[in-house]
Amino acid sequence: MANDKPKGVLVDLTRCIGCRGCQVACKQWNERSVKKTVLTGNFTNPPELNSECYTNIKYIEQEKNGEPAWNFIKNQCLHCKNPACASVCPVEALKKTKDGPVTYTFERCIGCRYCMLACPFYVPKYEWEKAVPWVRKCTFCSERVANGLVPACIKVCPTQTMYYADYDEVRAEAEKRMADSPGKYVNHIYGKDEAGGTSWIYISGVPFETLGFNMAIPAQVFPDLTWSYINKIPSVIGVVLVAGAVSWAITRRNKNTDKEE
Amino acid sequence: MKSEHEIKMWTPTTVVMFLLMLAGGAILAVRLLKGLGAVTNLNDRFPWGLWIGIDVLGGVAMAAGGFLIAGAVYILNMKKYKPIVRASILNAFFGYLLAATAITLDIGVPWRIWHPIFMWQIHSVMWIVAIHVVLYTTTLATESSPMFFEKLGMEKAAGFIHKIIVPVVLFGVLLSTLHQSSLGAVYLIAAKKLSPFWYNSQVPTLFLISAIMMGLSMVSFETILSEKFFGHKADIGILSGLARGVLITGVIYFLAKLWFLIKGPGIPAAFNGSMEANMYLLEMGISVVAPIILLSMKNLRENVKSLFFVNILVISGVLLNRLNVSIFGVYRDQSANGFSYFPTWMEFVVTLAFISFSIVGFKVCVKYLRVFPETEAQH
Repeated sequence: MANDKPKGVLVDLTRCIGCRGCQVACKQWNERSVKKTVLTGNFTNPPELNSECYTNIKYIEQEKNGEPAWNFIKNQCLHCKNPACASVCPVEALKKTKDGPVTYTFERCIGCRYCMLACPFYVPKYEWEKAVPWVRKCTFCSERVANGLVPACIKVCPTQTMYYADYDEVRAEAEKRMADSPGKYVNHIYGKDEAGGTSWIYISGVPFETLGFNMAIPAQVFPDLTWSYINKIPSVIGVVLVAGAVSWAITRRNKNTDKEE
Repeated sequence: MKSEHEIKMWTPTTVVMFLLMLAGGAILAVRLLKGLGAVTNLNDRFPWGLWIGIDVLGGVAMAAGGFLIAGAVYILNMKKYKPIVRASILNAFFGYLLAATAITLDIGVPWRIWHPIFMWQIHSVMWIVAIHVVLYTTTLATESSPMFFEKLGMEKAAGFIHKIIVPVVLFGVLLSTLHQSSLGAVYLIAAKKLSPFWYNSQVPTLFLISAIMMGLSMVSFETILSEKFFGHKADIGILSGLARGVLITGVIYFLAKLWFLIKGPGIPAAFNGSMEANMYLLEMGISVVAPIILLSMKNLRENVKSLFFVNILVISGVLLNRLNVSIFGVYRDQSANGFSYFPTWMEFVVTLAFISFSIVGFKVCVKYLRVFPETEAQH
């Protein structure tokens, strides 16, 4: 299993039965506690990811052929191929590893929370209640992956909702499943292009937009957005210094002639 | 110019500001012991709030006068502005102290504020911002050091700074150009979060231009105030010169904003009555449209009272722009799924405390240092 190729995961939403085994396994492996929630009339619990919860299952009830139909959506960090969070981190606390996971090193983090603004999926969470707070998010079980093990949530899934392999294989598998069962899936692989492509990708039997997926996220490599500014800095430095020195040299004479004032 | 003893230290306003600073200090102590959640309403969908919007983005923009006036006097040799150069630099220094202290206490792990100096990550605008804050605060300290050296009787040191002042100022102009624009560049990554009224590829340039407007207005504003409170004579030639600068920058800014409105959401969208559209119109009215109209009248440009009013418009308008970018412009996207943000009273008190700190610090300097040496000599 252990090779140098980046890993990926295909989440086949048609397979999920909403048992939440993944939520429990994630808490165990990452030693997460719980946060108190309130009854919302919805089974999604907690309703949003938070600093103690790296993955949850969203429960969305729809109607199919006049019958109620449940949809279960596995939700966690998508581990972008070119992550916005890692590119904006001023101290490289967040980093895309060669294996695929976007990892976090608390010892470097200053807590500026720019990653939270940058992430188009609103994944990084903060420990607001702590005096020494961490940024928290799914780690793609980077230590397990580095040691050739399967991520905890995938290990316990009873229905093989998630297919974990080298990213290239994962992509091929998504396309194969869609080709093998015409009509079973909607014609979109979520994460193939979104935010420039993510290591975790999704296929679904019902339209993604009805399941709370943000379809407005463009096929844009997010780090390019800020790099377009940063790569101009050397020329700005040159222009300002030259223009400044020249203006000083030209206007200097005025100063000298004004001296007798 | 009033001498040391003529500037009364403990006026009622100063007492109020001092009390605010004490309250702010107490709140910040709680923040350090119990975390950001104990004193702010920040949450997972609103990672940045009032402190970033006003204290950091606003504070840095308000400090733009320092590099503009220093640049005008030492690089462009516009001697006319010499009488206000020390005050402008000192004001910028306090603006940066405010922003630097605010960001230090806003980050989750304040005692690691030095990390970016050693942990380089050149792809991060935040890293660029951090390095600029460090370098430019040092530059401002150098630029204002002669005042302190004079007070301490270290004439040689003051003379040395005077010898190297031109390259130091040029370095300051460079750092400011980059820093003002990089604060805008921070938001380039928020492509789908920030409303198209404020998001475009030139946010950095717009931040720089609006900071120039803000900086010139701020210098004019404080020159007028200094006259009133410190007895320093404000030269109307200087004030109307600054006003001309605000007018020219304002016209450029207005045209640029109009261009991006047409290119982005379109002019009709600005009148669709949405929260964003209304905030946009309010900001544009206060920060540019009204100031341009008023300043285009020559008689108003030479009247201290009307200039004072226009300065207040520009300063609050550009501050509103920073709030629009940091809070109102991202509000719709971030408030999905039941999240919301309104600052706690403690966030407001801390912000007021930081502003008080800058004003009182400036006042103390005017009282004890030679901030306005030219007018003093004429006295």
